[in-house]
Amino acid sequence: MSAHADTHDHDDDHGHHHKETFVTKYIFSQDHKMIAKQYLITGTIMGVIGVLMSMMFRMQIAWPEEPNVLFEALLGKWAPDGVMDADIYLALVTIHGTIMVFFVLTAGLSGTFSNLLIPLQIGARDMASGFLNMVSYWLFFLSSIIMVISLFVEAGPAAAGWTIYPPLSALPMAQGGSGMGMTLWLVSMAIFIASSLLGSLNYIVTVINLRTKGMSMTRLPLTIWAFFVTAVIGVVSFPVLLSAALLLIMDRSFGTSFFLSDIFIQGEVLHYQGGSPVLFEHLFWFLGHPEVYIVILPAMGLVSEIMASNSRKPIFGYRAMIASILAIAFLSTIVWGHHMFISGMNPFLGSVFTFTTLLIAIPSAVKAFNWITTLWKGNLQMNPAMLFSIGFVSTFITGGLTGIILGDSALDINVHDTYFVVAHFHLVMGISALYGMFAGIYHWYPKMFGRMLNKNLGYIHFWITAVCAYGVFFPMHFIGMAGLPRRYYTNSNFPLFDDLANVNVIITIFALIGGVVQIVYLYNFFSSIFFGKKAVQNPWKSTTLEWTAPVEHMHGNWPGDIPHVHRWAYDYSKPGHDVDFVPQNIPLKDGEEELQH
Amino acid sequence: MTALLTIIVLVFILVAIWQMVKIFDLAQAKNENTQVATDKDNTMNAYLMMGFLAFIYIITIVCFVKWGDLPLMSNSASEHGPTIDNLMIISMVIIFITQTITQFLLHYFAYKYKGEKGKKALFFADNNKLEAIWTIIPVIVLAGLIIYGLNTWINIMGVDESDDPLVVELYAQQFNWKARYGGADNTLGKANVRLIDIDRANILGLDESDPNAQDDVITTELHLPVGKPVLFKMRSQDVLHSAYMPHFRAQMNCVPGMITQFGFTPTVTTVAMRETPQMQEKIKRINNIRVENSKPLLAKGEDPLESYEFDYLLLCNKICGKSHYNMQMKIVVETQEEYDAWIKEQKEFKNSLVN
Repeated sequence: MSAHADTHDHDDDHGHHHKETFVTKYIFSQDHKMIAKQYLITGTIMGVIGVLMSMMFRMQIAWPEEPNVLFEALLGKWAPDGVMDADIYLALVTIHGTIMVFFVLTAGLSGTFSNLLIPLQIGARDMASGFLNMVSYWLFFLSSIIMVISLFVEAGPAAAGWTIYPPLSALPMAQGGSGMGMTLWLVSMAIFIASSLLGSLNYIVTVINLRTKGMSMTRLPLTIWAFFVTAVIGVVSFPVLLSAALLLIMDRSFGTSFFLSDIFIQGEVLHYQGGSPVLFEHLFWFLGHPEVYIVILPAMGLVSEIMASNSRKPIFGYRAMIASILAIAFLSTIVWGHHMFISGMNPFLGSVFTFTTLLIAIPSAVKAFNWITTLWKGNLQMNPAMLFSIGFVSTFITGGLTGIILGDSALDINVHDTYFVVAHFHLVMGISALYGMFAGIYHWYPKMFGRMLNKNLGYIHFWITAVCAYGVFFPMHFIGMAGLPRRYYTNSNFPLFDDLANVNVIITIFALIGGVVQIVYLYNFFSSIFFGKKAVQNPWKSTTLEWTAPVEHMHGNWPGDIPHVHRWAYDYSKPGHDVDFVPQNIPLKDGEEELQH
Repeated sequence: MTALLTIIVLVFILVAIWQMVKIFDLAQAKNENTQVATDKDNTMNAYLMMGFLAFIYIITIVCFVKWGDLPLMSNSASEHGPTIDNLMIISMVIIFITQTITQFLLHYFAYKYKGEKGKKALFFADNNKLEAIWTIIPVIVLAGLIIYGLNTWINIMGVDESDDPLVVELYAQQFNWKARYGGADNTLGKANVRLIDIDRANILGLDESDPNAQDDVITTELHLPVGKPVLFKMRSQDVLHSAYMPHFRAQMNCVPGMITQFGFTPTVTTVAMRETPQMQEKIKRINNIRVENSKPLLAKGEDPLESYEFDYLLLCNKICGKSHYNMQMKIVVETQEEYDAWIKEQKEFKNSLVN
């Protein structure tokens, strides 16, 4: 345990002067702020890979089997004469999903902001265990490296879809990617899960034990509530995926039959008997569904905080927001079956899952309405972070609403695994969570790097991205409703779908623009680290504790005592004060009442 | 080539934007620029918010007008199809209304309450009544949807064996489909992939000693008599597949080691479906596209694309490997007489074996 993790008994020895070498400061750092930056930069690099992949397979969908120099350059032997191979198409789709869901939106988002904000916003000198925190990051780094290495395997990377359903993922003779590529995928994910669990345990312990004096649970910023509940969901559900991965490894390498039975492939009967792929689906989705909330809850927390700060208004319905986070977290663990309505599962179970799934719409609706009401009669400061937050609510609503179609088992029969699903989840958790992440980066960049991002580049980044996100995923609903299955290398074998080809071209053009415009963001991000305007201590005039810490990073976060907390996190524009924000560490005035929030 | 050109154009556009920003930034260099939004930024972005709201509405309208003639919303060909379509339309209407209102509020508020120096926001932290309202409204709407949805689901999935359905096995393998009919006794013989004997042409692993199997008929096209309930029994020999018959609003996974099932009653024959005005229009549209796409082929001296005629299809809709994108089977819905004539021509299992 780190010596800086002292808590309520804020000792006065604030002169934490270690001899820091380059290695302890930038590489094997145990400082949560540095670890947050490491997560962010690793996540960004993985994100670039993931987005590039999506741009490549979108080009294949729009212009099927057309030679493309880009393919030839990037895919090498997988694109003979520049024509993308069908196996590598599936691999790109698979790895794109894996990277974006786990490496970018789980580790990149939750890892970055949980690490950065938990100690700073609850008033702690560091995480409960700086060492575990460091180990967590380096395991994540290792798993990223293995995932990237798996792209270069002779027989191709994993290509069974990010859900890696066996038997396809279990049998190398069913698909080239199910050999070494899948082995590395599984190893990488097992390490990733270990990393995620270490991180989550650390977040939970820190939030419970290291809050500064006065920081009761009902004075926590919503970010912390979101990170805390996310960590709990992670601890509950990630181990189940680990067990699924281990059982799959057993089936693949040691001849067990957990998921396999009665298989005849390439002219021979395999020995497997008595297993069931449906069992794997259950285990996978027991994590897989909570996973989408692991992705979206931190984004919701960030957005709530940024919206309040930039609206110069308290977040509307603070307690309802917490209650809905808890409700979503609870429900998220009992809805996984809606991915399996037509898996051969008993239809009665399907009914139960329809019921629980549609219930999730209620806390989600409450959150959406509360965000909208937070804007009402505000004094909105249109910083890039605020734009991304508003964009988040917009895509969350658009994407979330179609959930009532997919969650309804009867309707799912016909749109299951079509582009309708792809459109739905990309909007509601992909784009939304990405917006949440961007919002967080624009907002807390000064805290992370002590410099400001360029706002004009931020505006360009937001508006073009926003238009492209709708341009890509809105029309996609319609080709899904027309019955076009996802994960098809080309649709040219189905003249039935010929009249959808032009829609796919439009989608791809938007996707390419949207992908390329991220260069503006990357440029802004990396150049501002060195050349950005120097940040002031509290650039957005926010109330939370991280802005009471000095701009220059230091071990232990605050020189001198840790600030005490006297009020909730949302005293914006409170009547009776001259300024429009009252930081949490300012004592109540005589006769001032704290809200019974 | 198109793709490459597009990319190059995109890159140039971006470089242009980039340069403009640089100029803009340099021009502002004298001013104190803390990179925090000013009133000017607030106003500009507030207007853009309204512009974006318009964009959302326009893209919605364009999509519905251009592609909203959803080929799968109005031409269902099974008895339960219309119930799914009705539920779909009701859900879409609810979504459409909610989407229009909430997006309006969100973007309009973002426009209306744009920040101005010296303005103070309203301190409005809580209102139990409001929150109760927007908890209860979704509860009511969803309760309705859940009840309607579950009713529909149970009706579809509950197979009534008493109305003597035609039993057909759908057999999936990488990367094709087979159909197996029970023959005169309408009973499928026992089967397991362990019994597959390629040398004897027992490709589906039927139990050769089972009397029920003798008259089974294995085909590569799926023929169904119109108006007769069909009960599909699905099997897979290698990996997961999904039997997706979009026109019949039917889908079920095929799982190795397990038999899954799905039943429906086809209501429109292939011939009748081809003659509906909607389908005629779709066929014409597709054929125009195909003629257009054939031009470059003809110029190269290759054969043009075949002209399209509508057929019901069974598609694989669960990723199953390299040729997943081409795993399909033609479905023919015909009159009972046509069906009887067709099935009579097919070889029975006992006659199809190679000794």
